[in-house]
Amino acid sequence: MTNETAPLPSGVHINALSGALPRPARTLSGPLSAEISAALATSPGGEVAVRSVDLNVPLLERNDILAERNRGYFLGRGLAALNLVSSPGAGKTTLLERTLDEFGRETKCGVLVGDLETDNDGRRLNRPFAPVAQITTGTVCHLDASMVARAAESINLDGVRILFIENVGNLVCPASFDLGEQVRVVLLSTTEGEDKPLKYPPIFKSAHLVLLTKIDVADVLGFQREVAVDNIRRIAPQAKIIQLSARTGEGLPEWYGFLRSLAPAR
Amino acid sequence: MESALDAVRREAAAHGATSVTRIVLRIGAISGVEPDALRFAFEAVSPDTLAAGARLEIETIPARAHCGACQREFVIEQGFIFTCPNCGAFSGDVRSGRELELARLEFPAPTP
Repeated sequence: MTNETAPLPSGVHINALSGALPRPARTLSGPLSAEISAALATSPGGEVAVRSVDLNVPLLERNDILAERNRGYFLGRGLAALNLVSSPGAGKTTLLERTLDEFGRETKCGVLVGDLETDNDGRRLNRPFAPVAQITTGTVCHLDASMVARAAESINLDGVRILFIENVGNLVCPASFDLGEQVRVVLLSTTEGEDKPLKYPPIFKSAHLVLLTKIDVADVLGFQREVAVDNIRRIAPQAKIIQLSARTGEGLPEWYGFLRSLAPAR
Repeated sequence: MESALDAVRREAAAHGATSVTRIVLRIGAISGVEPDALRFAFEAVSPDTLAAGARLEIETIPARAHCGACQREFVIEQGFIFTCPNCGAFSGDVRSGRELELARLEFPAPTP
């Protein structure tokens, strides 16, 4: 009797009183098979209760949940948020100063700027036409989604189309913290050398846009642009690359064009 | 691991269970999570929880990227440079390998 027997109508029981055959051994596979087999062997009724549930739920860290909340908030306000990351001194603040003074006059921008200590950058970026909030992190080496949420709520974002989030200068930790930004911008300055993307791949891997900054002094430094661009392409083929100088203005029209393409139509 | 245990607690409660015998996690190869570190963390944080004594199983999902030029997927062997084995182009289009999921839970059978 190898075929599956049809289930008995309810209320019908068969009980062999004598000459009972041993119950055929069942070969089980799949989850819990060992436990089920063991339980069956000792179960007088040949029945065991098994509880195994397939869940397939993503494990989100607290920061991921808050970042998604920020993304919805920014989207709802109709603004594009950019997370600017780089090592310290790559020129994030200098680029933002000039960007506010030029692009910021045609399109309203806001800035959240993070540093371990001092509000120097916040004061440098302070403009009557652009809301700015300084985040001082104390000992924390990156911004996280909760800091950004608090800072964004502290300023008047009415009319703001582009929100720059200037991260703490660090090429490592900010890679792991989604802030709820729409675009991640990684800056690489010519003074840092061409091989930074190969040495710190995660942050470049996550970039939508890579800005090669201080390009005006590339020749003086012997910085090889093609090598740098090639290294970026290896790690982040998805990223757009713009070479610029916030001092001479080279490449800035392309940067402003990129920002313009992000500013949601009203 | 803390967020995994939070999810275990939440799902166990949703299924009316007070303890867990097996936890199956699905971890992508480039999720940034090291299975060994995860096991170590599990040993450290589980003893005083409903998952005490539970078996932790980790299914690893290989990382795959898509080559736009060849219109095909390939397995990412290692490292951060994803090179198509067919044409040598670099790809940033990751199709799998970032998973971080609680795949399955098993609870002890209720005693009759």
